[in-house]
Amino acid sequence: MSEKMVFLALQDNEDARPIREAIEADNPLAVITQFPGVYKIDAPGRLVINRESVEERIGRAWNPQDIHLSLVTLSGNIDETEDYFALERT
Amino acid sequence: MEQAKKMNMKEKYNTMTGDLAWDFSYKTEAEIFPLSDFEGIKIEDWSKWQDPFRLTMDAYWKYQGEKERKLYAVIDAFGQNNAHLGVTDARYINALKIFLTAVTPLEYGAHRGFAMTGRAFPGVGAQVASQMQSIDELRHAQTQLHTISQYNKYFDGLHDPFHMFDRTWYLSVPKSYFEDALSAGPFEFITAISFSFEYVLTNLLFMPFMSGAAYNGDMATVNFGFSAQSDESRHMTLGLEVIKFMLEQHPDNLPIIQRWIDKYFWRGYRLLGIVGMMMDYMLPKRVMSWKEGWEMYFEQNGKMLFDDLARYGITMPKFWEQSVEEKEHLTHQLWLTFYSYGHAAAFHTWIPDDSELDWLSEKYPVTFDKYYRPRLVYLREQEKAGKRFYNPSLPQLCQTCQIPMVYTDPKNPTKRVYRETTYKGDKFHFCSDACKEIFEHEPEKMSQAWLPPHQIFQGNCGGATIPDVLKYYHFTENDGGEFLHSRDNANWNMWKGLTPDEEAA
Repeated sequence: MSEKMVFLALQDNEDARPIREAIEADNPLAVITQFPGVYKIDAPGRLVINRESVEERIGRAWNPQDIHLSLVTLSGNIDETEDYFALERT
Repeated sequence: MEQAKKMNMKEKYNTMTGDLAWDFSYKTEAEIFPLSDFEGIKIEDWSKWQDPFRLTMDAYWKYQGEKERKLYAVIDAFGQNNAHLGVTDARYINALKIFLTAVTPLEYGAHRGFAMTGRAFPGVGAQVASQMQSIDELRHAQTQLHTISQYNKYFDGLHDPFHMFDRTWYLSVPKSYFEDALSAGPFEFITAISFSFEYVLTNLLFMPFMSGAAYNGDMATVNFGFSAQSDESRHMTLGLEVIKFMLEQHPDNLPIIQRWIDKYFWRGYRLLGIVGMMMDYMLPKRVMSWKEGWEMYFEQNGKMLFDDLARYGITMPKFWEQSVEEKEHLTHQLWLTFYSYGHAAAFHTWIPDDSELDWLSEKYPVTFDKYYRPRLVYLREQEKAGKRFYNPSLPQLCQTCQIPMVYTDPKNPTKRVYRETTYKGDKFHFCSDACKEIFEHEPEKMSQAWLPPHQIFQGNCGGATIPDVLKYYHFTENDGGEFLHSRDNANWNMWKGLTPDEEAA
């Protein structure tokens, strides 16, 4: 792999499902690998979770820090604001 | 009345962490933080510390409280519903026994260590991050103890984990790793645990193993595991932040940090070999092999982590190539060792069935059929003939990693690696060049390691015979030995209404 990759892994449960869907919608290059109970999402360079995308799916306010409840592991440098949570490696 | 404008995340973080500090009036900083400079790490400006997660104490309590509620709901349901009967088979529990007896006390050690760094670091950002992690680690120890208490009702080997941890020969491997770090200064401790262990290596501990627990029907472990791991992402981020911060503060810090990274990478890798053995041999349903895990999380991801740090002059940990060369051998040699010393362990060992041997052949095409399968098949025949093999001697341990000296040279796989050095007239033995080099850099410290076989021979472990020593460990006659003849297996067959033959098939 020549491209610099980032990844995060989420618990495979209902809380994380809208986050996963938001990631899939907003990161076309992300690749999801399923393991029992958990999945790993790899992407080249940057992976972002947008607050608005998650809120659209759950129909209520969502704080990007709520990711702490579903996160299993990550790799990359964190860029975090009120509106998104992103991992970067450039 | 006009309402105060809501703070954004960065303002909130600064207000709720940095602004919590105060200036000292009647004591000097050196008097208040006496551990902050003896290791040689130079920090010019602690205010440059930036926690990338920007988690404040109020948000921390909110999230941790929610994690606890979810976790304990599952643990309660697990107990009420006899969910221990839902695991794939009783062999699986033995992987869990190693995890719970080896890792739970480490969590508690990490709790102590981060309480120390939270007190020792002069910067408030580092203090707050250390405090959160110290509380996290205590939580992990507690959740794992609650899981132990569930499984201890039904299975052997889990009745006295903290007593065993401080005495048992194989548990001295994780214990010595952590105590090496705990007995160092705060910067070495945080490099050892936050960076080398959590950032570089724990993906291997939690991802394949917890996923393995899910695959094998172990709801309680999946839940404490993933609940702990959700804290781990924060810890890993802290590990990276600590390294970057120290490197940015002063150029003199680089060689000190590189040496710590080299040391704890190797020690952590040696420790994780036991996890590899669990992945390859102890999970009835397997998620990935040790070799695949090492390739995914170290060779690919680890290299990217170190690429990030190359701009500071940090290089891949010394001897990392050795870990790659050993990957087709490591777990087979360890399992054969534990199998041979199964009578002196608090978990059961066995020979994998044919389909499992086939899986190992497929995952380890270069080595398994050539070096290991014939030995396992031979041992199985011996067992069937009523001659289950146990090694009656005590193993010689590596002075640094404390693993028995069983590893061979990957370039010459039937020859064991023996290294030695002399310090103050005594000879010390090592499993590898890396372990020897770690010793030679700190001989005064490492020469004092508490090696269980040496202690047995010196008369410090209850006596000179194996039954004496097992009594000293608080092992019972049901804790160790061959799985097929174990009380766990007999109970499992009874609970599940299986005949022993069905279970073996």
